[in-house]
Amino acid sequence: MKSITDLKRMQESSSKHLHLQNTPYKYRILIGMATCGIAAGAKKVMDTLQEEIYAKGYKDIKVISTGCIGMCTLEPILEVLDKCGQKVTYIQVDPDKVLEILEKHILGGNVVEEYTIEKRS
Amino acid sequence: MRELNMPSVEYTLENTDFYKKQKRIALRNCGVIDPEDITEYIGRDGYLALAKCISEMTPLKVIQEISDSMLRGRGGGGFPTGRKWKFAYDQVSDEKYVICNADEGDPGAFMDRSILEGDPHSVLEAMAIAGYAIGSNYGYIYIRAEYPLAVERLEKAIKQAKDLCLLGENILGTTFNFDIEIRLGAGAFVCGEETALIASIMGKRGTPIPRPPFPAVSGVWGRPTIVNNVETLANIPQIILKGASWFNQIGTEHSKGTKVFALGGKIHNTGLVEIPMGTSLREVIYDIGGGCPNEKKFKAVQTGGPSGGCLTEAELDTPIDFDTLVAKGSMMGSGGMIVMDEDSCMVDVARFYMEFIVGESCGKCTPCRIGTKRLLEMLEAICKGEGNMEMLEKMEELCYQIKESSLCALGQSAPNPILSTLKHFKQEYITHIQDHTCLAKVCKSLLEYRIDIEKCKKCGVCARECPTSAIQGVLGKVAYTIDQVLCIKCGTCKNVCRFQAVSRG
Repeated sequence: MKSITDLKRMQESSSKHLHLQNTPYKYRILIGMATCGIAAGAKKVMDTLQEEIYAKGYKDIKVISTGCIGMCTLEPILEVLDKCGQKVTYIQVDPDKVLEILEKHILGGNVVEEYTIEKRS
Repeated sequence: MRELNMPSVEYTLENTDFYKKQKRIALRNCGVIDPEDITEYIGRDGYLALAKCISEMTPLKVIQEISDSMLRGRGGGGFPTGRKWKFAYDQVSDEKYVICNADEGDPGAFMDRSILEGDPHSVLEAMAIAGYAIGSNYGYIYIRAEYPLAVERLEKAIKQAKDLCLLGENILGTTFNFDIEIRLGAGAFVCGEETALIASIMGKRGTPIPRPPFPAVSGVWGRPTIVNNVETLANIPQIILKGASWFNQIGTEHSKGTKVFALGGKIHNTGLVEIPMGTSLREVIYDIGGGCPNEKKFKAVQTGGPSGGCLTEAELDTPIDFDTLVAKGSMMGSGGMIVMDEDSCMVDVARFYMEFIVGESCGKCTPCRIGTKRLLEMLEAICKGEGNMEMLEKMEELCYQIKESSLCALGQSAPNPILSTLKHFKQEYITHIQDHTCLAKVCKSLLEYRIDIEKCKKCGVCARECPTSAIQGVLGKVAYTIDQVLCIKCGTCKNVCRFQAVSRG
């Protein structure tokens, strides 16, 4: 980038991408992949999810690894964001659960309530 | 896209009690962006603070903004960051250096690692801002080799930033140049101390040297150098973007902003929390942390790692800031917060920290090198039930001698875990010495495993599993008993007994 204007332009487009605007993606799936998440098994969850998405050829799901989400006890943590800005946090995810989440939530449109973080108030 | 059938309550992390009292500044991007993709960081206003500094602000104006924000160093010392930058700015030199101290060494602390793994660009951007402010073109990140993932992500981040002209020469088309190099530490605790860290960067043995001259006057290669902690740096871009007055509205009178803590030990929600300064320990431990698990009674909380101390139930309403924690005999430290319940033995806790210090003392100052060893020997004797009351006085005296005669903060603060446990839990030391009892049932030498002959079903499982053949009995006929001389108190018998016939006491 040659100038601050370039940076600002990039900021605008990247910001939209973060909210899934101007992209082919309908879902953004975040998996906590800091040392803590990986130690709890996040790598296996990530591999399973990516293999499945690749095998089935889904083009509208963006999977990214992110840093420490915060709650070590609940790792591996997976979050699903959609274009409307809605977010669901799934906890203690394993390879079986992630396939179920993919099928029911991403493809079927139903939140898999039993794997979500419970509302504690 | 199908309409999502949302449940009536929103199942997100942000709706949990764990999150509600938190305020995320240093951790704002952790768990939100892909740390290996610079465009995601830029999408969250990344590098705009650097752009603002180099295009709209003079170096002095940047320093003034940081000074006005009243940001204090998050590595433990709490020194005002703006003042440190001003010292380095005032020096005339052909080159100056910016160092990011990522040598996080406190047992149980992982704040810096999480920031570097989750948002490496925020630290790089802040280092470039610091470089612009003090007139430096070169930065070092001193990080321990035990953090391979953080190192890998930092390396990727530096490369991506250079490719986009956000680091390197002529940043964003201006005349400002700034480059960053990673230096790996070998995991010596003392290298978190800034003068030892600088020595290590220069390839020398990591031992502290007396200050003054402070690094801001003479640091790496004898040039003016600022050393800032990871978390301190992670706050900088937000302060520049949102302004000092935004930042100093958060927190207490003398401690502004937020602090990240690594919450661990006997607590329900272990994890990484970022809270506004002034939040009470009670709120952190009970509201955010969820209290001690298994309905155990809270006993103490240890803050500040091996340099800090323990605080008890009576001090739980203390608002957390740099000065109140010191006044209560502990310290903020870098942000480790370890909760202990009734099953924790405070003498053993002091012994653990002293063992750590003995291994990590660099050996330069005799009181720290030999004094801490003597302290550890006395603590070990007490844990074995071989202590005497005289030792308590001797330990206390030696603690103050070490504090007063050590060169660096490692030695000066090394006795804190003993002093604070002696202050709050002297009775536990006395019980160990006089009654040869460890009420928390932690100190092995003071324990005895016994088999209740009423409950023993004579199955012989314990005798079969015992590694020292200390258990005698006859299968199906005679109840089993433990020979206390042979017993090494490993607890295997208690674990394998299906009839709860083995007791520990």
